Amino acid sequence: MYAFIIRRIMTIPITLLLVTFVTFIVLRVTGDPVQIYLDINATAEQTEILRQRLNLDRPLIVQFGLFVADILRGDFGDSLQFATPALPVVIGRLGATLTLVSTALVVAVILGVAAGILAAIRKDRMPDFLLSALAVAGQSMPSFWLGILLIQLFALDLRWLPTSGMGSPLHLVLPSLTLAAFLLPNFILITRTAVLETINELFVTTARAKGASEWSIMFRHILPNAINPVLSFLGLQMGRLVGGSIITETIFAWPGIGSLMIRSIFQRDVPVVIAAVFIVSIAIVLANLLIDILQSLVDPRMRLD
Amino acid sequence: MKRKLFGKRLKIQLGAGIVILIVLMAIFAPLLAPYDPYAQNLMARLVPPVWSEIGSWAHPLGTDNFGRDMLSRLIYGSRISIIVGIAAALLSCTLGAFLGMWAGYSGGRVEQVIMRLADAQLAFPDILFAILIVAAIGGSALNLIMVLGLSGWTVYARVMYNMTRSVKERPFIEASISHGAKAAYIIRQHIFPQLVPILTVVATLQVAQMILQETALSFLGLGLPPPTATWGNMLAEGRDRMWAAPWIANLSGLAIIILVWGINMLGNGLREHYDPNSQGRM
Repeated sequence: MYAFIIRRIMTIPITLLLVTFVTFIVLRVTGDPVQIYLDINATAEQTEILRQRLNLDRPLIVQFGLFVADILRGDFGDSLQFATPALPVVIGRLGATLTLVSTALVVAVILGVAAGILAAIRKDRMPDFLLSALAVAGQSMPSFWLGILLIQLFALDLRWLPTSGMGSPLHLVLPSLTLAAFLLPNFILITRTAVLETINELFVTTARAKGASEWSIMFRHILPNAINPVLSFLGLQMGRLVGGSIITETIFAWPGIGSLMIRSIFQRDVPVVIAAVFIVSIAIVLANLLIDILQSLVDPRMRLD
Repeated sequence: MKRKLFGKRLKIQLGAGIVILIVLMAIFAPLLAPYDPYAQNLMARLVPPVWSEIGSWAHPLGTDNFGRDMLSRLIYGSRISIIVGIAAALLSCTLGAFLGMWAGYSGGRVEQVIMRLADAQLAFPDILFAILIVAAIGGSALNLIMVLGLSGWTVYARVMYNMTRSVKERPFIEASISHGAKAAYIIRQHIFPQLVPILTVVATLQVAQMILQETALSFLGLGLPPPTATWGNMLAEGRDRMWAAPWIANLSGLAIIILVWGINMLGNGLREHYDPNSQGRM
């Protein structure tokens, strides 16, 4: 068990090094870094300071080494819009994003697994047809339009909920629903498939022959065996979750990392953009590690791999 | 067994019908659009669609904040989504299928490098890549295709890797090897043809994903800069006029969902056709 987790942790630095490498290539090699970091009106003096700070006169490989060293020290440079170091600016927004993402995940997992089970046990009948059709329609729904529709209905027409911002728990309702709806269709379909694949296993027949109740069969025999694909899928969906939360935060003016990132692009605040990209990558890596550990707890076969 | 309420045949016909209609609309946009999608008419700003009480047939779907005709903009907007969606899916499909088959057939170190790279990319979703690219070089159709195409390969690589590994164990591969066939020949002649059906299904469903991603990036301002008519741009403009002119956002949203739903239907129908035993409709 521990060996499995340690092996998993060992791959994390490689992943982050790759993220660093891609970032470096995009920022330093695809164009003129001076133009990326400074606006067109920059003076010769500003340009010279930046050249020295980014070590642009050194060979590329040395530049990359120094870039990595800066990042290891947590030094992403100073934010242009806030005139403070970029990393604390990003970390200050982490709480808002985590609140939104975790609420949405809980909603999506509970509703998705429940609906998936329902669709599976009523396969090819009305509930299955309706839920599957709803899920496919949901997969085709652009989440940003859903968010806008929810604002139109609940905030503008009915005036039940605030349009945007953060503060009371009411502010959390629409953004977390929007983000949950982004993941929900896939959770329904994956759970449905996973349950259907388990439902005909011999141990289910055995349990039924021994007189176990349908309730106990579902929650003690089928679901523990069906939950692993759902967890794997959650790991693969982390990228979409990030995309979804950036969109959701932008629509609802939620003061998290996503809306900060988008704003920083338009302010040409590159240090904040890089710091945010790194924090998000680290969050995804840690979330995947957590999922692997959960999976190996649920299913001992996972630890062998 | 009870007959399916919504069979594969209906799905394929309905999905293909929608997709073909929209593709034709994109190709013949100049013939179909009643107005120039970029022509501003400040006398006719925010005219509501024809079904509203004050709407008129002059602008059946209304106009936007600059008096541009919504119908014409929606027709032209389909072009970007379709071009970017298909080109990005083709790029990622080629890349992913090649790397996946290579990893699955070779095993060993090649497999380790390719599949670990695919894992590592999980931590770097396309939206982060797009954000970096736009911050560095700005948004354009080509950049969108590159970003989505280069990020999307892992889906294909995982599927092709697993399929190649199972096909590789079959006797006819062994027979081919014993006849002295080279790896490239076996992959091309024996393995790839076996995997075409599943690749078609995955690629179809991925076109839908790519279009959703493209509209999302456009919506965030990371796609083609305004005034280019793209569905995502139009939705973003409509967001600022949700109260006065909800039709701008809602018609663009409707256009996106119809196209993506049609492609998803087609992909799901194809999967049921090629793999009748599949339980899933993911």
